[in-house]
Amino acid sequence: MQKEPVIITVASGKGGTGKTLIATSLTLSLPEGVQYLDCDVEAPNAHLFLNPAWKEEIPAGIVVPRVDEQVCTACGECNRVCEFKAIVVIADKVLVFDELCHGCGACSYICPVDAITEIQKPIGIIRKGKARNGTTLIQGLLNIGEPMATPVIRNLKKEAAAGIPITIRDAPPGTSCPVIETISDSDYTILVTEPTPFGLNDLKLAVGVARQLNVPVGVVINRADAGDDSLYTYCRDENLDILMEIPLKRKIAEGYASGKGLIDILPEYRDKFIDMFEKIMGGIRP
Amino acid sequence: MTDNKSQTPKQLTIISGKGGTGKTTFTAAFAQLTKDKVMADCDVDAADLHLVLTPKIQKTEAFFGGRSPVVDLAHCTKCGVCTELCRYDAIHDGVVDAFACDNCGLCAHACPEKIITMEDVQSGDWFVSDTRFGPMVHAKLGIAEENSGKLVTMVRKEAMALAKEKALPWVIVDGPPGIGCPVTAALAGVSKVLIVTEPSLSGIHDMERVLALTEHFQIPAQVCINKYDIHLENTKQIETYCQQKGIEVVGKVPFHRGVIDAMVQGKTVIEREVPEVTPEIKRLWERVMGSGLHS
Repeated sequence: MQKEPVIITVASGKGGTGKTLIATSLTLSLPEGVQYLDCDVEAPNAHLFLNPAWKEEIPAGIVVPRVDEQVCTACGECNRVCEFKAIVVIADKVLVFDELCHGCGACSYICPVDAITEIQKPIGIIRKGKARNGTTLIQGLLNIGEPMATPVIRNLKKEAAAGIPITIRDAPPGTSCPVIETISDSDYTILVTEPTPFGLNDLKLAVGVARQLNVPVGVVINRADAGDDSLYTYCRDENLDILMEIPLKRKIAEGYASGKGLIDILPEYRDKFIDMFEKIMGGIRP
Repeated sequence: MTDNKSQTPKQLTIISGKGGTGKTTFTAAFAQLTKDKVMADCDVDAADLHLVLTPKIQKTEAFFGGRSPVVDLAHCTKCGVCTELCRYDAIHDGVVDAFACDNCGLCAHACPEKIITMEDVQSGDWFVSDTRFGPMVHAKLGIAEENSGKLVTMVRKEAMALAKEKALPWVIVDGPPGIGCPVTAALAGVSKVLIVTEPSLSGIHDMERVLALTEHFQIPAQVCINKYDIHLENTKQIETYCQQKGIEVVGKVPFHRGVIDAMVQGKTVIEREVPEVTPEIKRLWERVMGSGLHS
């Protein structure tokens, strides 16, 4: 179908617009062997639609500092250079706050007496499995209570195999660091939205992110008949391709609720997804 | 009502785990139903509450989320020390890739020429506003900016200060989706949490994760099932799960197109009455806010 490997991210700005529904349905419409990265590590859901048999579980972590109190002189240099207030010197004692640490290594670099070593601290896991349609599903899962999703996504991207013809990335909602980590170095981003004021507002933000990252975008409009025209006007004014429109149907909502993909609920969508993929490829690899 | 001046306002945070379950729709309804409160929109990277509450901004403040490296390129010798040390592959020949950069400052400390400095960057704005339902604190994070957790903390702090100053007993927080940094910041130390879920497998999965988070932080949580009639079996499953965990299900709201129509018109589901939905949301609100506080 196409020669060079391609990475397509499905993102949205607003949550609950149907990212995972679109990403999994696209995956199931394509020839076997797609690599699917569930980068929504705070709330991953793709496995509910792709039914994987998990084969492997790998810890995802960041490095955090540990201080050798025998060597430490409590000079405070580490405290001074840490931008995240994760290492603090109080009354000759060095305290490390793991959950604030970004694992950047500035403290161990600056320490004049080499009192700081680094240990791996797990903050999540990466799971790999074989799923429907021969899909390789790789899922990141942030541990409960851990604040930083981005390092788990970085780990997840490293676990992905290079050279697979088609990789689909399922992004988290929003526009901040985890979304940027997911979209960056993709070849294309599908933005899923709905024609409501919330959908439009958050689409604008997501388009802003993708444009700053220089990733081409197209729009899928879910619940296309549920709102008003302003989304369509915006897409026209901004020259955004509308890749697909899906109506608001109780049947789709009910099927989705029980873990059915769009092509399971409405088989005629398979061809629409293949057309969409061809259109995307035609745009980025003419 | 008792004198609240000396009391710390209570905080209710509305979250969901999964996005799009109806958090903001419910928060907007709560904004209208709760007389004495300050609203706080803590979904700072995709804020939507303002689309319904149409705030009139009274005060705008710049938000400085952190510092970023600035390189005096004219004096860069391209020695490569920073490139080698940077764990984010974010600096090459003195040019910083702002998206990859984690703003840790290691390059600035390591540069042998001392030509990299860490400088404050404005990464958004926060606002204090008036709405038709009272005061609101909200924010706008710049596109592709970091530190949304810090901005969430800031919005909550300002909302609390405002509630104290005006002797209002409640701060109602519209939370972000997920379970990570911004959610933690929206939850830490609040009086109670309302989790809005839906009876889809995704909704259930993400609700379980968010309940694990409230348990982790030991914050009392209640659950409400939106669009409960989309899948009655899954709704039953949620109720059973909550019962086993000792979590109260405080409301079940049916699916209705009228909710979307209200949103499109910029109205709450209280203002634009949806007969199938509105009474249930009012009952839900009464249960969440408890009796005696708002007669």
